[in-house]
Amino acid sequence: MKSAIIVFPGSNRDRDMMVALRQAFGSDPLMVWHKEVDLPEVDLIVVPGGFSYGDYLRAGAMGAHSPAMRTVKERAGKGVPVLGVCNGFQTLTEAGMLPGALMRNASLKFICKTVHLRVETSQSIFTGGYSAGQTIAVPVAHNDGNYYADDATLDRLEDRGLVAFRYVDADGGDGAEANPNGSRRNIAGIFNGTKTVLGLMPHPEDAIDPLHGGTEGRGLFEGLARALA
Amino acid sequence: MSIPNVAITPQMVAEHGLSEDEYQVLLKIMGREPNITELGIFSVMWSEHCSYKSSKRWLKTLPTEGPHVIQGPGENAGVIDIGEGLAAIFKIESHNHPSFIEPYQGAATGVGGILRDVFTMGARPIANLNALRFGSPDHPKTRHLVAGVVGGIGGYGNSVGVPTVGGEVNFHPAYNGNILVNAMTVGLAPADRIFYSAAAGPGNAVVYVGAKTGRDGIHGATMASTEFSEDSEEKRPTVQVGDPFTEKLLIEACLELMQKDCIIAIQDMGAAGLTSSSVEMAGKGGLGIELDLDMVPVRETGMTAYEIMLSESQERMLMIIRPESEAEARAVFDKWDLDFAIIGTVTETGRIVLKKDGAVQAEIPVGPLVTEAPEYDRPHVPTPKRPVIASDDVPAPASLTGALAQLLECPDMASRRWIWEQYDHLVMGDTMIRPGADSGVVRIQDTNRGLAVTVDCTPRYCVADPEIGGAHAVVETWRNICAVGAKPLAVTNNLNFGNPQKPEIMGQIVGSVKGMGAACRALDYPIVSGNVSLYNETEGQAILPTPVIGGVGLIDDVRKLCTPSLKSSGDTLIVLGQAGDRIDGWLGASLYLREIAGREEGAPPPLDLAGERRSGELVRSLIGDAAVSACHDVGDGGLLVAVAEMALAARGLGARVDVPTGALAHAWCFGEDQGRYVVATNDADRVLSAAAAAGVSASVIGTTTGDGDLTVGGSDLISVETLRQRHEAWLPGYMAGGV
Repeated sequence: MKSAIIVFPGSNRDRDMMVALRQAFGSDPLMVWHKEVDLPEVDLIVVPGGFSYGDYLRAGAMGAHSPAMRTVKERAGKGVPVLGVCNGFQTLTEAGMLPGALMRNASLKFICKTVHLRVETSQSIFTGGYSAGQTIAVPVAHNDGNYYADDATLDRLEDRGLVAFRYVDADGGDGAEANPNGSRRNIAGIFNGTKTVLGLMPHPEDAIDPLHGGTEGRGLFEGLARALA
Repeated sequence: MSIPNVAITPQMVAEHGLSEDEYQVLLKIMGREPNITELGIFSVMWSEHCSYKSSKRWLKTLPTEGPHVIQGPGENAGVIDIGEGLAAIFKIESHNHPSFIEPYQGAATGVGGILRDVFTMGARPIANLNALRFGSPDHPKTRHLVAGVVGGIGGYGNSVGVPTVGGEVNFHPAYNGNILVNAMTVGLAPADRIFYSAAAGPGNAVVYVGAKTGRDGIHGATMASTEFSEDSEEKRPTVQVGDPFTEKLLIEACLELMQKDCIIAIQDMGAAGLTSSSVEMAGKGGLGIELDLDMVPVRETGMTAYEIMLSESQERMLMIIRPESEAEARAVFDKWDLDFAIIGTVTETGRIVLKKDGAVQAEIPVGPLVTEAPEYDRPHVPTPKRPVIASDDVPAPASLTGALAQLLECPDMASRRWIWEQYDHLVMGDTMIRPGADSGVVRIQDTNRGLAVTVDCTPRYCVADPEIGGAHAVVETWRNICAVGAKPLAVTNNLNFGNPQKPEIMGQIVGSVKGMGAACRALDYPIVSGNVSLYNETEGQAILPTPVIGGVGLIDDVRKLCTPSLKSSGDTLIVLGQAGDRIDGWLGASLYLREIAGREEGAPPPLDLAGERRSGELVRSLIGDAAVSACHDVGDGGLLVAVAEMALAARGLGARVDVPTGALAHAWCFGEDQGRYVVATNDADRVLSAAAAAGVSASVIGTTTGDGDLTVGGSDLISVETLRQRHEAWLPGYMAGGV
């Protein structure tokens, strides 16, 4: 089980992700500097959280055009699974690997807190560790997590079962109160058309330890470990 | 040699903040009239901010040593040995004046500056904290200042990826014209790989790394050394602009280079920029430095020597490296796309020589510039003692739970969630206790050990009695660390006061330092770093004396940490440290007196330092032995507030609190007697007998319940959810403009 994390200048949850992958996969991921174009063969590529290139221009905009991301896009095209979390999700949308965009939070403020997510499907390599409809508690920490796509795109995502996670309250309700950032239709994470690329704003890598953010993010990594074994 | 010939007028000297006497000393050191660049250098080096000229005499009286102290005050930050080959490096620093003028950038660069102080010494920053004071919520500027400061702290700290795990905020009209923004960073380094700032080895290269130098922040240190007046807004250009992205790169590049054997000395460019960094490095090494200012990376053309030397552009460092390591060091900074420029050499001359455009622009003997910096024993008068207020002179409220709710929603007590949810407090994956508890706790990566960190000060007490207030700030951090089960190790202090040239203000400084020193000595809790911010006055109105303490403690097993949150119903609530013969509480200078009775007066509660030590050690051992399920120190608002906060930290639980027979109920509930903790336990006998054995008074005050209500004295009842709603509502409501 080999994995790689792309490290940009300004990435800051790269280590958190490394700990999560190590815990689930039993081996350390490769840390790949953004200037690298030669990426070894791996079973999973992760684009981590942080502020790549300081979020200048737009969050993820510059990272999407870095040398390493060209390779990531190419590998994703060949079916290599790619996970983008937070700034990684922003980068994947900027790179055109996922539809839509992440805008400034509706509150116009950075938000760091534990939220609840509903797992919309267990039918993917990323969500096989959960059951469909399950509610999990995972932290968010972002300034630009307000998911936007036009109605046609959203309908298409929903029709094809490509919404991975939605913000809900502790009881599973998906009202506006449960939405921390104004995302359309409470969307927290989406797949690409083949469900081999997942982008999400919340941080499952910060929910793998009972003493830190709880353990309900583990399902994602354990599910991946089983699916890719 | 050619020194540009600009005539120095008395007006120029005054504009540079130097007194006539100070200028005479300068003339003696120079043996000639200085040019404008040299005057600028003396001006910033001898500013209050850089020279500590009013406070030094008193700071020397503080205890700074201990068996675990590796480096006390005088370096970029303090360093303590925390065992297993690791050192904790930490410091607190103010960015008050800039934050008032430009709150977002002022606060952001405050965070950036304190981070650099810590990673300069070889530590990876693992926790940030901040202590904030704003004016009255009614003041037209307050909302804007809160929004800007909180945004700036978050904007910088979140981006560099260091969790902000604790802090405190007060509101008071005394800060209307001078807010306080004190930022603290804690980092970890291998104990045998600490980096210092003393230059060594004549001939070695002086290297400039990081961001380019611009015209921002010129004279920031001088600004921070005078009072504000109505035209202070014009000083906006002296505020620096931060770039957390560059800082993040600088952290990674410096820590990467520090793994190699390249650096001899390193110093960040903070206040007074290139001037203070080069002078301090040369001064500490007893050497000279020659700089070629044409080699300094600049972001605009036509900058003069004066501007380059006094710029406070952010995210810059100065290093002395081994001559043979240039290529290796350069490669690291190239990787991180940061400037790396050799701008000079270490010399044996003992002089700082600055060249530009092929000519010498300044030449100053370093020794006297540093050692003959003015130091004053300013006149001071002790703060008059206030009368002790008898509890029965303070009216009782209509209802105890009504008063409790009022206290929990007052600006000084209301939930700070609106603030700390804007701070990334989880990045790095080791936050064991999040903001909102007694201390924030971060685990040491890949171990079960953790650091407990807290910042505290109660200006109400300091203005009433600076000596008690200064001691109290130290003790409050001690209690907050003990209350989570950690052992307090050392502190850093941030002394925020008004104009020291006024004897009453100087009296506050002297009193606070005295109290602080006494508390630190009694608790074996040395002060290893600190910062002084004076002249926090506008139009003659000084702030409340605010000597903030940042405390750091260690816990050997984070799995044993304790929090204020109640865990189950049916537990016994016990107050530890409450003197058995005192059934009425101390209401002088209390929050109750101010918020409910509308009076800001009276002597603050006295402290028993030996008793603090006993109760703190008892609490720590009870937590270590898992004899208690929850613990909270009793602070602002007194006993009932402490119990309410424990219920608020839980979900669905309540408490029944019994007021002892014969007690004056409101004084017992809201008195702020010191040295106390409330614990919840399912084995009251064990706690009571441990307390008796430790010589700490203890009494049962109630039990936890499953009904979600807080019941006081039998029938006075309020639901915890109502309290929560009111506690949480104030700050977001206020910031939305709805209060």
